Amino acid sequence: MSLTIEALLGMYRTMVRIRAFEERVDDLMMKGLIHGTTHLYIGMEAVATGVCSALKPEDYIASNHRGHGHCIAKGADLNRMMAELLGKATGYCKGKGGSMHIADLERGNLGATGIVGSGIPVATGAALAISMRKEAKVVACFFGDGAANNGAFHESLNLAAIWKLPVIYVCENNQYAMSGPAREMFAIPRIAERGSAYGIPGATVDGNDVLAVHAAATESIRRARDGHGPSLLTCETYRWKGHSRSDANRYRSKEEIAAWQARCPIQRLRRYLEELDGLDARAAAAIEGDVRAEVEEAVQFAEKSPVPSLEGAEADLYA
Amino acid sequence: MREITYKQAIQEALREEMRRDERVFLLGEDIGVYGGAFGVTLGFLEEFGKARVRDTPISELGIVGAAAGAALMGMRPVVEIMFIDFSTLALDQLANQAAKMRFMFGGKARVPMVLRAPQGAGTGAAAQHSQSLEALFVHFPGLKVAMPSTPADAKGLLKAAIRDDNPVVFIEHKLLYNRKGPVPDGEHLVPLGRAEIKRPGRDLTLIAISNMVIKALEAAEILAAEGIEIEIVDPRTLVPLDEATVLDSVRRTGRVLIAHEACRTGGVGAEILARIVEEGFDYLDAPIRRLAGRDFPIPYSKVLERQVIPQVEDIVREARRLLGRAGGGKRNDQ
Ligand SMILES: Cc1ncc(C[n+]2csc(CCOP(=O)(O)OP(=O)(O)O)c2C)c(N)n1
Ligand SMILES: [Mg+2]
Repeated sequence: MSLTIEALLGMYRTMVRIRAFEERVDDLMMKGLIHGTTHLYIGMEAVATGVCSALKPEDYIASNHRGHGHCIAKGADLNRMMAELLGKATGYCKGKGGSMHIADLERGNLGATGIVGSGIPVATGAALAISMRKEAKVVACFFGDGAANNGAFHESLNLAAIWKLPVIYVCENNQYAMSGPAREMFAIPRIAERGSAYGIPGATVDGNDVLAVHAAATESIRRARDGHGPSLLTCETYRWKGHSRSDANRYRSKEEIAAWQARCPIQRLRRYLEELDGLDARAAAAIEGDVRAEVEEAVQFAEKSPVPSLEGAEADLYA
Repeated sequence: MREITYKQAIQEALREEMRRDERVFLLGEDIGVYGGAFGVTLGFLEEFGKARVRDTPISELGIVGAAAGAALMGMRPVVEIMFIDFSTLALDQLANQAAKMRFMFGGKARVPMVLRAPQGAGTGAAAQHSQSLEALFVHFPGLKVAMPSTPADAKGLLKAAIRDDNPVVFIEHKLLYNRKGPVPDGEHLVPLGRAEIKRPGRDLTLIAISNMVIKALEAAEILAAEGIEIEIVDPRTLVPLDEATVLDSVRRTGRVLIAHEACRTGGVGAEILARIVEEGFDYLDAPIRRLAGRDFPIPYSKVLERQVIPQVEDIVREARRLLGRAGGGKRNDQ
């Protein structure tokens, strides 16, 4: 493994940041302080972190409804994220988008979408633009197992394949699409097999192992940057929390959830870092303390921010 | 009369029709163990089994098309689209196939299917989960469109829709699911194409649809205290549209306000207005006014979300204005 301790610690911090942010969002939601719904990324932190750490700052991502982790891994400002969740004028979308629609174009986050699968064609188009301008950038497109059964997925993979576009399709297989179990919604054992149907590589990795995700993403990104076209990377992971605000978890057992929680991606990297003498309890607590403070500051920033108005909203509708 | 919620009314309609007719079956995302995103089909899997309560992948185009195909074969599928916003993914199968097959095949085919979906803002679900899209469906000849505002209408219209031999888009409103209202015991059917006067009045005809009927009823109370009696006409189905009931009311009141939550531009209010002008111009004592959603995607912020949708106070103000009363000042809408 060629990653430095420093790089590993960076990944660790990103994952802890995502976790801390999401736990606070969960808490705000429970307290009724968030108007709409949110979809939490807890348990899946290694996917966004592993992929985004393999990207360059000038590369792009396309996100989905479960997008907070993607955003943070691409370097988003927690203040503006939290302000968006609280519907404030200082949020990423000036309070117009909310949790499902955070876009951070300056940092290459092409935005989140609440229509399952609908980010896949958009990511493909972004890669088309890159390819037409002969730039050396790539697009990483995040979507769920559920999205892989929508037509948008199939049409996009074929387009990207025939045009050899610099895009990597990152399927976050968290085993369920709302209540729909992947084991029942697919008649094939591995989603990545679909790559071969379009003539592109398909790989499956342990999505709770940030190093495995990073390594596979690095390989796909190199391919894309070198002009060899797209690939499909399926990361096997699990969502710890309910699908969204209202989910009685009727479709899965407590035992199953507990078994996946025992495979925590953050603890896993922590153990690895400890073995390398790269992290001890004190340093881990310091990271934890830092990010919790950062999240608290974001909440305060959001709470103090003004509510938006419709004044000038036309300018946000038509360019 | 017993009172049940709008959601329970829909459940009763589905359950009764499924028990009555083997050909009726359900298709949709998370409608099995999960019971549907809004809990409408909770318990159906247990009663009717997997074959008739079909949990599908996230494949809107596929399932709506499959419903059309099964209907063509004589089945009577009811598809649940989780949010009406996702019906746009299925639009080809609905608009180019289901709506047209009968006519383009020379009147030979029957496509007895129902597409149920909730719409409307007010839950903080933002731009892609809050739209009101009835105008879209009204524009495709061959589709029928129902928009119940009460539990009784929800039950009666859904049963009629399932028994209808044509594709029916059945539009529910999220904010109505937990509202209670009287529903008759036993068999209760409401024919498609018959409006209902939800409140009689002599001064003004307010044509309201879906959740706007509820707001209209509230506004009517406020106005009644000022001596203004508005008549609330709920078309209940937009296709077919009960023009006779609408025109009869306009003839009696001479003043018309039309209210819907969907965006103003190209909204069904324009269609209803045009028909009144074409057929009932001579009855009018004042220009017809429309109250509609502002022409924006639904914003996330609670404050903004409320501002883009007509509220009770907007109805009150518009009614006063149409009647030349104080407090009917200019509205800052477009
Ligand atoms: C086109 C469309 N259909 C249905 C939904 C409702 N919905 C939102 S998220 C979701 C499940 C998505 O599953 P997956 O793609 O696996 O992502 P996950 O939520 O598991 O991260 C569903 C059915 C939607 N938002 N868009
Ligand atoms: Mg999933």
